[in-house]
Amino acid sequence: MGKSLISGFSGGVQVAKAEDGNDAGYLLLSPTLAVMALTLAAPLALLFLYSLTRTTGPVLEGGATLAQYAEVLGREGYRALFWRSLGISAVVTLATVALAYPMAYFVAFHAGRRKFLWLIALTIPFWTSYLLRVFAWKIILGYGGVINSALISMGLISAPLEFLLYNPFSVVVTLTHAWAAFAILPIYVSLEKIDRSLLEAATDLGDGPLRRFLRITLPLSMPGVIGAALLVFVPTTGDYVTPTLVGGPQGAMIANIISVQFDRVGNWPLGAALALASMAVVGVLAMLFVAAARAAAKAAR
Amino acid sequence: MKNRWLLVYAAAYLAFLYLPVLFLPLFSFNASQYIAFPLTGFTTQWYTALFADTAMLQALSNSLKVGVVTAILSTLLGLLAAKAVTQYRLKGTGTALGFIGLPLFIPDVVLGIALLLLLAAIGFPLSLATVVLGHLCLCTPFALAVLIARFEGFDRSLEEASADLGENGWMTFWRVTFPLMLPGITASLLLTFITSFDEFLIAYFLSGTDATLPVFFWSQLRFPARLPVVLALGALILLASVVLVVLAEVVRNRGVAPDKKTIGA
Repeated sequence: MGKSLISGFSGGVQVAKAEDGNDAGYLLLSPTLAVMALTLAAPLALLFLYSLTRTTGPVLEGGATLAQYAEVLGREGYRALFWRSLGISAVVTLATVALAYPMAYFVAFHAGRRKFLWLIALTIPFWTSYLLRVFAWKIILGYGGVINSALISMGLISAPLEFLLYNPFSVVVTLTHAWAAFAILPIYVSLEKIDRSLLEAATDLGDGPLRRFLRITLPLSMPGVIGAALLVFVPTTGDYVTPTLVGGPQGAMIANIISVQFDRVGNWPLGAALALASMAVVGVLAMLFVAAARAAAKAAR
Repeated sequence: MKNRWLLVYAAAYLAFLYLPVLFLPLFSFNASQYIAFPLTGFTTQWYTALFADTAMLQALSNSLKVGVVTAILSTLLGLLAAKAVTQYRLKGTGTALGFIGLPLFIPDVVLGIALLLLLAAIGFPLSLATVVLGHLCLCTPFALAVLIARFEGFDRSLEEASADLGENGWMTFWRVTFPLMLPGITASLLLTFITSFDEFLIAYFLSGTDATLPVFFWSQLRFPARLPVVLALGALILLASVVLVVLAEVVRNRGVAPDKKTIGA
């Protein structure tokens, strides 16, 4: 009581101060915003300008045109690549979130005093080299790689399994592994926030463990699940390293075709239009997903 | 009973996270040039070859430079923005945070190419400095997230007490604010450094002729004969990352634990 009074009081003081000091606040924020404007907003704006130009070389001239977007939407090959990228990412997102949920649940509710150790163990891969995690799968799934050579030396197969590498399957496996840590943390945070007394109340009122999970824990952790799904789906659709290293021609994704357009012989305006169109598609899908998930959560309540 | 199954699942999940990556160090000590079972014998020759490679050493030095500069600058930017966001009531804070966090949701290939276009348009030559620019865009959101968490647990009355006791603003900062923020700052420095040090794709587009270590690593993948040496390099990068991340996590959570206990209770 005394503590909340004090914090309420100092909060009041802070408001009074903040009224005079807002300029200082904006001044503190401005260097960061300036750097982000230079490295993020300006480049994206220029990318948009490029996507409206007609020329195929790295020159900005002529009037605005939507020809590049017509090309992006019109050509069958690009549409197929879009669909494949979205499909691969959707499977990866589903697998990653489904695998991560029980793990996050374990850490939030049953890790006990070792919680901190578990959290560190799950955070380490999040910060370690993405390139190396993907590369590891290339040597595992390869024609003469870890799995094939192990199976052959054990006498289980006589010739290497070819379906392991250079197809959408290997891309899905690799991405699911590489992005695992991104899904655990948001789900863990939302589970951790759940008021434990709600669970006790449900038990007291006669809910069994499963009912209690479905009625309390799962709905309350949905923000974390949605966050995790977005954090995996949005970037994986544009992933470059994984399809390049383990995808082969059958596992190529949209980022591969974007980057090709920016080679010396490439078509920069077309590449810009491809990049922005893919981001727009993914953005719209992400918003639809969030809206649907929110509606579902509301309906469940 | 249910807990036991969850524990088994958690252990299996951890194995799934770590085992694939552990093949890198395993085969980096294998005597055969081929990445295949059965293992043929123990050797350190790939490491010897690695450290005799001057191009690798140059790339390592490039990566260290880029990482240190990126870590310092992004942590500084994160510190200023975190203070502004947590200690002032500014209009548009949510929009600003959303904007700064945007790189998390944009594919790296787009970030790299867009910045490359801008640099080409203004005729700015590619160098390690342009890699730093790209990495600032990627690392500043991380620094901000780590530091905001630290500021939110920050008791402003300590600063007020310092001011009441007659310290001026500068001394209050050095004797109260800075020591309290130090764990957050250290964690931010370590995490932004390792993010920059490990980052490949943006550096690939922006590094020009000065390869960073991941770009060098990528260029070596074309030569099958170099694969064991590449594995040795990968194993060392992994080791460095793990050490730094553990350090960062331990520092970051120091002093936060008591707060967590009150939340849990």
